[in-house]
Amino acid sequence: MKPEESATTGADLLVKALIDEEVEVVFGYPGGAVLPIYDSLFKQNRLRHILVRHEQAAVHAAEGYARSTGKVGVVLVTSGPGATNAVTGLTDALMDSVPIICLTGQVPTHLIGNDAFQEADTTGITRPCTKHNYLVKAVGDLARTVHEAFYVARSGRPGPVVIDLPKDVLMNKHDYTAPKKPVQHKSYRPQVKPELKKVEEAIELIGSAKRPVFYAGGGIVNAGPKASKLLTQFVHMTGYPITNTLMGLGTFPASDKQFLGMLGMHGTYEANLAMYHCDVMINIGARFDDRITGKLTEFSPKSKKIHVDIDPSSINKNVRVDLPIVGDAGHVLEDMIRVWKARQPKVDHKALKAWWAEIDKWRSRNCLAYKQDKETIKPQYALERLYHHIKNRDHYITTEVGQHQMWAAQFLKFEQPNRWMTSGGLGTMGYGFPSAMGVQIAHPDALVIDVAGEASIMMNIQELSTVAQYRLPVKIFILNNQYMGMVRQWQELLHGGRYSESYMESLPDFVKLAEAFGAVGLRCHDPAKLDDTIKQMIDIKKPVVVDVLVDKAENCFPMIPSGAAHYDMLLGPDDRAAKPVSEEGMVLV
Amino acid sequence: MSAPQTTSSHTISVLVDNEPGILARVVGLFSGRGYNIESLTVAETDAKENLSRITIVTAGTPMVIEQIKAQLDRLVPVHKVRDLTVEGPHIERELALVKVKGTGDKRVEALRLADVFRAKVIDAKTDSFVFEVTGTSDKVRTFVGLMEGLGLVELGRTGIVAMSRGGEAL
Ligand SMILES: Cc1cc2nc3c(=O)[nH]c(=O)nc-3n(C[C@H](O)[C@H](O)[C@H](O)COP(=O)(O)OP(=O)(O)OC[C@H]3O[C@@H](n4cnc5c(N)ncnc54)[C@H](O)[C@@H]3O)c2cc1C
Ligand SMILES: Cc1ncc(C[n+]2csc(CCOP(=O)(O)OP(=O)(O)O)c2C)c(N)n1
Ligand SMILES: [Mg+2]
Repeated sequence: MKPEESATTGADLLVKALIDEEVEVVFGYPGGAVLPIYDSLFKQNRLRHILVRHEQAAVHAAEGYARSTGKVGVVLVTSGPGATNAVTGLTDALMDSVPIICLTGQVPTHLIGNDAFQEADTTGITRPCTKHNYLVKAVGDLARTVHEAFYVARSGRPGPVVIDLPKDVLMNKHDYTAPKKPVQHKSYRPQVKPELKKVEEAIELIGSAKRPVFYAGGGIVNAGPKASKLLTQFVHMTGYPITNTLMGLGTFPASDKQFLGMLGMHGTYEANLAMYHCDVMINIGARFDDRITGKLTEFSPKSKKIHVDIDPSSINKNVRVDLPIVGDAGHVLEDMIRVWKARQPKVDHKALKAWWAEIDKWRSRNCLAYKQDKETIKPQYALERLYHHIKNRDHYITTEVGQHQMWAAQFLKFEQPNRWMTSGGLGTMGYGFPSAMGVQIAHPDALVIDVAGEASIMMNIQELSTVAQYRLPVKIFILNNQYMGMVRQWQELLHGGRYSESYMESLPDFVKLAEAFGAVGLRCHDPAKLDDTIKQMIDIKKPVVVDVLVDKAENCFPMIPSGAAHYDMLLGPDDRAAKPVSEEGMVLV
Repeated sequence: MSAPQTTSSHTISVLVDNEPGILARVVGLFSGRGYNIESLTVAETDAKENLSRITIVTAGTPMVIEQIKAQLDRLVPVHKVRDLTVEGPHIERELALVKVKGTGDKRVEALRLADVFRAKVIDAKTDSFVFEVTGTSDKVRTFVGLMEGLGLVELGRTGIVAMSRGGEAL
């Protein structure tokens, strides 16, 4: 080997390290500080680069990619504005535990701190919105840092990791060292295997329950598809009811008789009442979010609570539990099944039967009912029809944020994990469309649909240009109610119907907008024509924007107003006069 | 189930990688999550392994203290988190530099009290002293309180360092 060949530039070395980490795609946007990386990308053909139109979208695309595959999503942005634009996406990924590596350019090391051109304190800005971050100060540290960053992003509770790369580090030369496997991090070693004694105690408690309920969340998605299989198997073994959080949808098949639907603020009547009245709650990979608990002092007051979570900081954060189990959901479920089989606990079938009878009574309230007439399309109806047409196809759903997101959670059925990408923790409008691009990149032949609101879609609409460039046949299914519907709903309930700034004036013509970007635009306002429109959307093998004009006044029910208890659910428009929201509740979001 | 709401003070030792930004991570965690810091000290303690020890005194309900420890522990460069307050007997010490200005009776009295508190005179001018006092925070506070009446003009405190009694190491 000639001496000049033995040394590689930091940028080349970075690309090698990414390839060694089995990265296939990078979502990014170039700029001065990262030009060396773009040059290295140009010279190779192992890594595919997807050029987005805004750095926020790069992160959401990587999130969609990651969430739908279980792999780490990779983002590449320039220094300064490139990095600050990525902050919303990073925060989103942190809240929803999505593994992301975000490579940010930085001014050369000797200029750091000088207010140099396009300098931002990226590690400072992203410290609270990443799982961890690094500033690489010497090219000799680069490869090791990249491998460590991947380990951190994907292990334990996954999350976003930023690697800030000064330009001189990218241009200096150094030999590449391949990652050591398995990685032994000097301080970060999350506990994956549970204490067996705790699992045995849990089985004792679960076996003796009279009114049990499983409450399963996004942690099961994080634990990989096998964990969902084990969950399903275990829930079937017990015969107990199960509810999913918004983030957990798909970890248990929605069509199964034991499934109570989603719980929480916009969850079903039966799921929330089961949570309230249960005597044993089995939380696996969910974090007692305030959208779930409602009023904390009234949250499931009579139950013994088991909480399985890989992150000890999730345990006893909001709700004090009786039996915490730290470990990976997959491992814990495996142990639970084994111990259950070995011990064959004597389930109180009589009590269980009575419990199911009670649940069936709640179910019969049919809390998701709505009335479709001949005139205007109800958003719920649009989603039911959408589901009818996609259920037998290989499909993935993403959403924006608002009423449409909640209706999607209620009316689309998820039978498998990794099929549902939504921004739960941060609630980021503008998440769904770029996320769908990332999903489509990972699953080129699948049907990928972003269920959108007309307000949210405007937040990353520029990405129509990206889907056009890469011929990504993403479908945007807009439930257009001409309002920031979720905001309007709260104003109606909490602020005397004063619709301050929530009407969407001057909306674009979405059909023409789609066409302007080389996509196909469709519009539908007639319930009778909805099926045809949906079929057409599915048949067109190009990006499609469907503008579905829906009832502007429809509200999303059931609803537990913030600060209220589970039994204080509003089931429909007539309920709300009877149950005014407390002042205490009004300060909550 | 609601946890007891009584607030108590805890002394927590944290062993961390001595790397740039680590203090910002710890402090940012406290400010970002609304925990309070009563005292914080940090310095390198193991040059070979490149480790620093952070001692934090914080107050909160049992649930908050448990959160604080879990949150500290999940920071990637954190090696160990120990709650000295719950883990058995431990010792806490703090050092203060106390500048007192005055002449005559007050000066004499300051010197006499310094002796009682075993504070060392580390700088002396005809009209001023700088005392170095070491001990528990209580002792330091009491000494400083007394000096207030005797011409206290400046005060510097290190904050608490602490460790468990006996042969066990962190
Ligand atoms: C407008 C709006 C309305 C909403 N309404 C609702 C609602 O009605 N109902 C609802 O459910 N949500 C709702 N949400 C979402 C809500 O804000 C939370 O994002 C969601 O409830 C959190 O889901 P989760 O508890 O499953 O936790 P996640 O955020 O998915 O967290 C996963 C948990 O699992 C743990 N974990 C990670 N990996 C593993 C592993 N391998 N093994 C074990 N544990 C692991 C993590 O440490 C964490 O504690 C709404 C959001 C929006 C924007
Ligand atoms: C970036 C961002 N800004 C503001 C909000 C607050 N917010 C939540 S829902 C919503 C309205 C969404 O309107 P639309 O996309 O039309 O959905 P709809 O509720 O009408 O279905 C707003 C403004 C948010 N979640 N995200
Ligand atoms: Mg809308």
